Order: sequence, then structure tokens, then C-alpha cells
Amino acid sequence: MFLIRRLEEEAARAYAMGKIGGFLHLYIGQEAVGVGACAALEKDDYVVTTYRDHGIAIAKGMSARAMMAELYGKKTGCSQGLGGSMHLFDKANGMLGGHAIVGGHIPLAAGVAFASKYQDNKRVTLCFFGDGAVSIQGFHEGVSLAALWKLPIVFICENNEYSMGTPLSRTVSVEDISLKATGYGIAHDRFFATDVEEVEQRLGVAIKRAREESLPSLVEVRTYRFRGHSMSDPGKYRTPQELDEHKKRDPLVLGRQKLESTTDKAALEALEADVEREVADAIKFADESPEPELSILEGTTYDGAFAY
Amino acid sequence: MKSLRYREALREAMIEEMTADDRVFLMGEEVGHYNGAYKVSEGMLERFGEKRVIDTPIAEGGFAGLGVGAAIVGLRPIVEFMTWNFSAVAFDQILNNAAKVRQMSGGQLSCPIVFRGPNASARQVGSQHSHAMEHFYATVPGLKVIAPAFPADAKGMLKAAIRDDNPVLVMESETLYSLKGDVPDDQDAIPFGVARTVRQGRDCSIIAYARMTHVALDAADRLAKENIDVEVVDLRSLRPLDEEAILASVHKTHRCVIVHEGWPYGGVGAEIADRVQRLAFDDLDAPVLRVSQLDVPMPYNAKLEQQVMPNAERVVSAVKRVMTRNS
Repeated sequence: MFLIRRLEEEAARAYAMGKIGGFLHLYIGQEAVGVGACAALEKDDYVVTTYRDHGIAIAKGMSARAMMAELYGKKTGCSQGLGGSMHLFDKANGMLGGHAIVGGHIPLAAGVAFASKYQDNKRVTLCFFGDGAVSIQGFHEGVSLAALWKLPIVFICENNEYSMGTPLSRTVSVEDISLKATGYGIAHDRFFATDVEEVEQRLGVAIKRAREESLPSLVEVRTYRFRGHSMSDPGKYRTPQELDEHKKRDPLVLGRQKLESTTDKAALEALEADVEREVADAIKFADESPEPELSILEGTTYDGAFAY
Repeated sequence: MKSLRYREALREAMIEEMTADDRVFLMGEEVGHYNGAYKVSEGMLERFGEKRVIDTPIAEGGFAGLGVGAAIVGLRPIVEFMTWNFSAVAFDQILNNAAKVRQMSGGQLSCPIVFRGPNASARQVGSQHSHAMEHFYATVPGLKVIAPAFPADAKGMLKAAIRDDNPVLVMESETLYSLKGDVPDDQDAIPFGVARTVRQGRDCSIIAYARMTHVALDAADRLAKENIDVEVVDLRSLRPLDEEAILASVHKTHRCVIVHEGWPYGGVGAEIADRVQRLAFDDLDAPVLRVSQLDVPMPYNAKLEQQVMPNAERVVSAVKRVMTRNS
């Protein structure tokens, strides 16, 4: 969680300096969701997520270098600089994106789980999306098919209370999003992501259900983003008091406090120093890496000969 | 050699490829127990079982997306749209996921998926069920789009589509499904991007594909009676497009008429016309003309529908117009 927090703080700084372009959606405040979820997975399992994907990519095993270089649009990035912040992919680690059409990736994730069932490989797919995605067709068709065909998938709604600048109260008729599971006859759960270990444990139940019984679940994990929707969002739709209240429950701070009671202080500080070195190395690597050439584009558009 | 209907040729392609490769499966509305809305998949459920011939609910966006997800982790789905009209609600999945996942992942992932179904007019089914969708898709890099006109091509090209490591969209036709044609017993995969001259001629090239190839051949017969000798090029594949074959024919005849079922604005005909004027300018003795659906939604009324669809009379008329523009 600390690595993700620090990488994103540095990414925000690089964005302000013009080193990173386009959109940059920070996960700051939500880290316990992705980290807790991925801690409950096996190495071969899959994750599919939205454009707010930095934290989940790192939690699933992507290197800090590959992520930061991708943000910098460099050839050494995980997607060779062609995807950017919103499209982080790492096939070897089962990180299948990084998708930027709200809800459009949910049927795709169901398809990944379908393939696992077809191939009987016991892999589980986690599909992350925000509270803003539950009103769109892709969510309903994806969950409906996964329920109908009993696919090994966990749908994780990261409810951070706002779809961009619009609060939940103005986007959904029933505030408890997990109840949507009842319409599809699948298991559901709902909790706050303040304690990363609780996230791991609660999602672990749904992951076990997927792996052992090939049954999908819908889990609403309540969280909060401390930054704007993207870098261009000043967040005027919420009060400073509301933000401060949530920052008191920062899962990173709470996680460190918990560790302090069980871990030697020097060891923790050494770990943090390692993270700082890793972040600095990733920034340097991204900065110094070459840009992709135009010639890369044909072969990454089609597998094989270009179709013109 | 055997005589097969177009739908039987498609079925043979699917059966042969599914027999050869366990990763291939068929999914769509009514493909299994109902034996296919147009009987293309008749008997396949019995042969392959419910694991590989999968009836879906009416959820094109859902099952098209599910197919893409299955394809990027090692399966080779064939997704049937009952008609291409209904692909409109799955357009996001084809445009944003199937066509983009390879580039977004920096080439880490491929998407070997086939989307297939009947395209364009089907006689008096009204505006929402008569779309020729091919140009919406052929404009998208990352996709391949094929439109066979004859049973042998339907079989060979569908086999190639299933083996292709990219998303391939197969534009069939409800009005061609019962068409019979010779199919070699050992018909193998036919590569994309190779047009075929289905009628040799001197005076004018007609470029067509899918059902319009037959309309063009009909027009050619009528023109022959007036001593106008046209060449008909059946494109078979729209992306990749056999530019060389088009240019070679225009080089020979110096005139070009393009026939397609979609609307004229920015359609496949516009693409071909651009290439011909740009690459064969000096060969041309007349402007390139297009015969397309008229620029209106398809009406229900049978007489009006016949006038709105491209037909042999309009092709004949277009050819005569370019023939009278002697240089």
C-alpha cells in the first residue's frame, strides 16, 4: 500500500511537470481494496479493472518500473507506452487491464472467467469497477451471464461515493449496491475498506466460493478517494470537512499503526526506505527510457500482417 | 465437388474447425436447441454438446464482451449475431475491446474471435432490421471484415476467420443462406484480401461483394444484351481490401462502378472510390460512380424497398452513364 501511495504521489508530481499526459486517475485512499483483494489471490488468477488501475496493477505484481514507464509513455512501459495510465496490462501476472469505458470491461471479465471454467484451470477472476458503473448495461449483462453460467468470478464494486462529481444519492435508487446481486441470485457482501486485512479476509470468502464452487459473487467495498476523479478535478462537489473525516480513516495510516504494534520500528522504516528507493528508481527509469517508434504500431494493431 | 447451400457451407466450416480445435466454440441467441434462427448451426448442439454450442440470453453486449474476454486468455469463440443489426448494442465491445485490446496491451494480448451473422436487407423487415453494417466496422483498424458471396467462399473464408488471431467479422446474408453452389470436397481456408473476378469484361468494372455480387452479375447479363461487356470483381474481403485487383480491373476497363448495400455517405464505396481516383487517376475515362442504398432508412413498403435497395436496374443505369462519358 505504501509503494502504491508513494508511486502515485510521484506520478501526480510528474504530471504537474508535464512528464505524464492525458488522464491520470489516482487510487490514493482506495489502496486497501486492491491490495487486500490481490493478497487473497493465487499468482495465476486474473484481475480486470477500470482506468483507476495503478494500485491494482502493482498489487497484482507489476513492477514499479513497468508502471511508471507506461505513465511516461515509454517503450519500456508495460504496454510499450501505447496504453498509458488507463491501460496497464501485464499478461504474465494476470493483469488484464486497465479499461476506460465505464462498465465495458465487465462482460470481458466474465469471459475471462468463462475461459477458466471451459479450460477447468481453477483460476479465479476479480473484476473491479466503481459505483458509477452499476447503472450501465455492461454491469448488468456481465453479472447476469456470470450468474447464469456459474462463472468463477468476484465482482468488486469499489464504491468511493462519487461517479466523477456526482454523489451516489443522485445516481442510484437503492444505495446498497450489493443488493443488486439478489436480482441475479448470487452471493453478496458489503463492508468498508479501512483494514486491508479485513478486505483480504472478506474477499477471500468470495474468492474461495469462485474457486471451489464456481460461483460468482458481488462484493461492494466502500472506500473513498482522497484526490479528484482525475488530475483536472478540483473536487468542488464535496466539502473539506468530508474529505478530512475520511482521511482520519486512511487505510494506509491505519495499516501502519497496526503494524507498529507487531513489528519492530527499525524494520518498518527500512521497508519504507526500500520503497522510496524503488519509487526513485522507477521515476529515473521512466525518465531515461526511450520512446516507442512509429514502426511499433502496425504489429500492435494486428497480430500478423496488417489488414488495410 | 459437392453442391451446398450457403448456410450448409458455413456450418461445415464451423464443424470442421471445432472438430480440429477444442478451443473453438459457438455462442449466440438460438444457436443450440432452436438449431439457429436461420438454421446455420442446425445439428451442431447434438454433435458438440452444450459446452461448445451455447445458447445465450438476449444480451449482445454481454456475450460479445464475454467472447472477447475468453479470446484474450486462449479460447477461440465464434459469436453469432442473429443479425448484424443487433450488433449495434455490442458495438462498444467490438470497437473498444476486440479491436483495441492488442494495442492497449502493447501487443501482449491477441483477440482471436469471430463475429458472424446475416447483414443488410432481408425483405420488408423495416428500418431497424435492414442495416448494412459492414462499413461501420471496416473503418476500424484492428478488425478484419469479410463478405463472401458464394458457398465455397463462405466455407473457406469462415475457416480462415476461425484460424485467424485477430477479430474477424463475417458479413453473411439472409437472402443468400439458401443459395446453392459448388464447394470442393477438400475446401480449405481461403486467405483474406484476395478478390476474384467473377466475370471478365472490357468496358467497365463493377466492384461488388456479398449479395451485390449477384446483383452485379444480373446487371452484367442485361448489359451484355446491349453489347456492353462489363467485368465483375467480387471483393470477398473488405478489410483487408484487394486494392491491386480493383486497380488492375480499372486499368483494363477505364471505368468503375461500385455496388454496395450500405448508405453512400462515407461507405465502402467511398473508400474504394478514393483509392481508384488516387491510384488509377490516369486510367479513368469517366467519374467513379456508386450504386448504394438510397440515403434514407429502409422503408417497409415492398415497392419502395426495392427502389431504396441497390438493384440491377440502377447498376445498369450507372454503367450506361459512365459508358457515355467517353474521353
